[in-house]
Amino acid sequence: MKVKVISRSTDEFTRERSQDLQRVFRNFDPKLRPQEKAVEYVRALNAAKLEKIFARPFIGAMDGHIDAISCMAKNPNFLKGIFSGSMDGDIRLWDIASRKTVCQFPGHQGAVRGLTASTDGSTLISCGTDCTVRIWSVPVAATLESDHASNKPIEANAVYVGKNAYWAVDHQWGGDLFATTGARVEIWNHNRSQPVNTFEWGTDTVISVRFNPGEPNLLATSASDRSIALYDLRMSTPARKLIMQTRTNSIAWNPMEPLNFTTANEDCSCYSYDARKLDEAKCVHKDHVSAVQEIYNLVYPYFSMDIDYSPTGREFVTGSYDRTVRIFPYNGGHSREIYHTKRMQRVFCVKFSSDASYIISGSDDTNLRLWKAKASEQMGVLLPREQKKHEYQEAVKNRYKHLPEVKRIVRHRHLPRPIYKAKELRRMVIDAEKKKEERRKAHSTPGSIVTESVRKRRIIREVE
Amino acid sequence: MGLEEETGGSAKDVPPTEQELSAEFDTTLQKYLRGEGADLEALKDKKLKGQLTVREKLYGNSAKAAAKFEKWLMPSEGGYLEAEGIEKTWRIKQDQITREVDILSSRNQYDIVLKDLGPYTLDFTPSGRYMATAGRKGHVAIVDMKSMELIREMQVKETVRDIVFLHNETFFAVAQKKYPYIYNRDGIELHCLKDVTTGEMIGNFRTGLGRTETMQVNPFNGVIAVGHSGGTVSMWKPTSAAPLVKMLCHHGPISALAFHPNGQLMATCGREKKIKIWDLRKFEVVQTIPGHHAKTLDFSQKGLLAAGTGSYAQVLGDFSGSQNYSRYMGHSIAKGYQIGKVSFRPYEDVLVMGHSMGWSSILIPGSGEPNFDTWVANPFETSKQRREKEIHTLLDKLPPETIMLDPSKIGTVRPYKKREKPTKEEMEAEKEAAVEAVKDIALKKKTKGRNKTSKRVMKRKVLIDKAKKPFIEKEMQEAGKLAGKRKLGEETELPASLKRFVRKKAAV
Repeated sequence: MKVKVISRSTDEFTRERSQDLQRVFRNFDPKLRPQEKAVEYVRALNAAKLEKIFARPFIGAMDGHIDAISCMAKNPNFLKGIFSGSMDGDIRLWDIASRKTVCQFPGHQGAVRGLTASTDGSTLISCGTDCTVRIWSVPVAATLESDHASNKPIEANAVYVGKNAYWAVDHQWGGDLFATTGARVEIWNHNRSQPVNTFEWGTDTVISVRFNPGEPNLLATSASDRSIALYDLRMSTPARKLIMQTRTNSIAWNPMEPLNFTTANEDCSCYSYDARKLDEAKCVHKDHVSAVQEIYNLVYPYFSMDIDYSPTGREFVTGSYDRTVRIFPYNGGHSREIYHTKRMQRVFCVKFSSDASYIISGSDDTNLRLWKAKASEQMGVLLPREQKKHEYQEAVKNRYKHLPEVKRIVRHRHLPRPIYKAKELRRMVIDAEKKKEERRKAHSTPGSIVTESVRKRRIIREVE
Repeated sequence: MGLEEETGGSAKDVPPTEQELSAEFDTTLQKYLRGEGADLEALKDKKLKGQLTVREKLYGNSAKAAAKFEKWLMPSEGGYLEAEGIEKTWRIKQDQITREVDILSSRNQYDIVLKDLGPYTLDFTPSGRYMATAGRKGHVAIVDMKSMELIREMQVKETVRDIVFLHNETFFAVAQKKYPYIYNRDGIELHCLKDVTTGEMIGNFRTGLGRTETMQVNPFNGVIAVGHSGGTVSMWKPTSAAPLVKMLCHHGPISALAFHPNGQLMATCGREKKIKIWDLRKFEVVQTIPGHHAKTLDFSQKGLLAAGTGSYAQVLGDFSGSQNYSRYMGHSIAKGYQIGKVSFRPYEDVLVMGHSMGWSSILIPGSGEPNFDTWVANPFETSKQRREKEIHTLLDKLPPETIMLDPSKIGTVRPYKKREKPTKEEMEAEKEAAVEAVKDIALKKKTKGRNKTSKRVMKRKVLIDKAKKPFIEKEMQEAGKLAGKRKLGEETELPASLKRFVRKKAAV
């Protein structure tokens, strides 16, 4: 007879001294865990509720400007700093951690329209409506000592005067050229007082410009004639142009997939394109509402949306005229998050911080606001156990987020009343149009009415 | 003997072939995969398809990791009993086993005789560490099985019919003469579940199926199965007034009921001396074992079935994997002692029988799960760990709506069905729901002598009839349509004498 019975010796299964850790034994067999899906569902529900409890995205406001903020720039070498320029010509460098001004760059007479920092972070370039481009050197000592907090004014290194007002500026990634736009697109070198190269295509003002992060000679611009143009510096002729139904206010390239760019359009949606194939949008992101729809053809077209990508390339943030900041996934049609405050008025510019954790928005009410990218994230150093717990909560919530109870909690956002009403109205209008279209289709010969796909609808044509 | 041992030894020494190993690995992998993957070919949405492919891959990897862990990293191995030569396992006695086994395990085989206080019933905590016993005449005791220490003993001075632990060893419930009572570990009475309106009672249902003597919870899905005197077993979930399933199991009253831990098998014993094993997915008999009049049944964690009859306890095992239970072991206690309850101890190879003169514990090798999970049930739990676990269990407490026959349905998507006519059952269900809703309405109490009982009853009847009216109308419509259809058919079957009066079609 062969016999063996389970016998567990206590010393194998318990700890020897009280200083030791408790021993943990695992058995992953599913039969030891009855009703595991029900338990997971309850945990998903609790995780969704906890996420809402801890969702406090607003960190603070940076006060100091005396006029609306028109543009911002990130310093690629210095994570804590951000430049902002306002409508009265005041440029400041802020320390995000202490939310104070480090130094000021006075000089512009009119509104500052564009700000950009060179790739090594030592030079700041600004352009404005006073037809000047100014080059400043960023004081390294000041950036290191953040608690210096003196509003020391700094003299400009160089002032280049042009013929027309400038609308936007952007610096090449890894090179030493920068592009300004206004009446035409001009390429400058730091040392030359005249542009090195000029591109002109059409007679309308070009309102924004962005260099491609992966291909340093490629840049995209958008103009008031509702077009988006791609230029290649080496070719010295404009490469491609895309004409849409409404004007594009801002463009951002995806830093992780440099061939894709997303444009913020005047019709309250963002369109993502592949630069190689411009005849169809890759994705249409639609959640902003134009809170004041009658002010559509404005005299001052800079009441616009701004867009910036996260360094992970997985999401982007937009700030719009309807006083909200929204975060979209790079391939999703609807925003995953919306930030708004009673005190924040029209948002003119937004930036994603370079560590993908924060969002800075500059708005009409002269404040820069600092927000968390993930509203319920616990900032600071997390213990590995805490991190694992957070990851688990996130995963279990994502697994059950399609179930009605969990979905209701996860989707819930408080919207300001005008936006809520505008959204409802928009929904009604869209539904009515859709129904009409369906009925027309149903009552006509099959194939006579062709609906255009959303991705192509807004594009008029592509021009070489 | 010696020769046989040698051959036996050499057969054991040959390593299993690669094919056997991979087949074994595959079966464990299947277990951890928890069902079939999604059919991704049928999807048209490319984005969703991409996301799901990544997920399925992740599931595959985690199942592989779990299967590897099970193969290589588990600390303990299960028990076994193998008979050699002409020996049969069911003839092996407990003292033979106790002699072969180590001292610690042999201490698990004992008899405790308490003559005065009536037949004993018992219950274990899920970790198997604590046992609660209650004698019919009011003796309640909590014992720590590891150290064989009596934690608390008391006399409740009433007849006690049953005892169970609540979520851990700090609370237990005793079914006393009139009401169930809840006690603390120190023996302090916490609740008397007397008043049905206080506390959170979830359901109070009349079965209408006759006297019930046995009740068990299916550990796999949490439904409660009740055995009736008519031979039917009904299964209930807390949120519905009607039973989920009603099965006619035996010709006579059901005397014992037990569930297999995987939730697929149920063993019932009827007074006609048959034990039937049921498959709960198809609700069919898998096996009938005649000749047993078991007063109590219990499944172990590894699927062994213990049946207690009189003073003999028999353990049946399914060794071929084909759900065919055969004799494994048996034990008879002192003659005249009647076994009231058998219960396997979790995570140990021990079977405890509560009988009319106390309780006995015997060794059944291969009945317990050798490897426990610290975060599911820990026999070596410290008080700190117990407190943490209590909090986590409270956080994970399941709402009563999640208890259903197939718990894996939670989170699945109902396939899109085109709006068809509701079936008869659905209509009946809707009707019942409407009637229930109406019954809940509170009628206004009239004063000044207008509040006669007969009038109230009449009013309630009228309300119920009103609620039923639309359904009855629909039914009549359906019946009318059917009758209409039938009439058309009947017209063609006239008796022969009347056929001359039927209008014939003009013959060309």
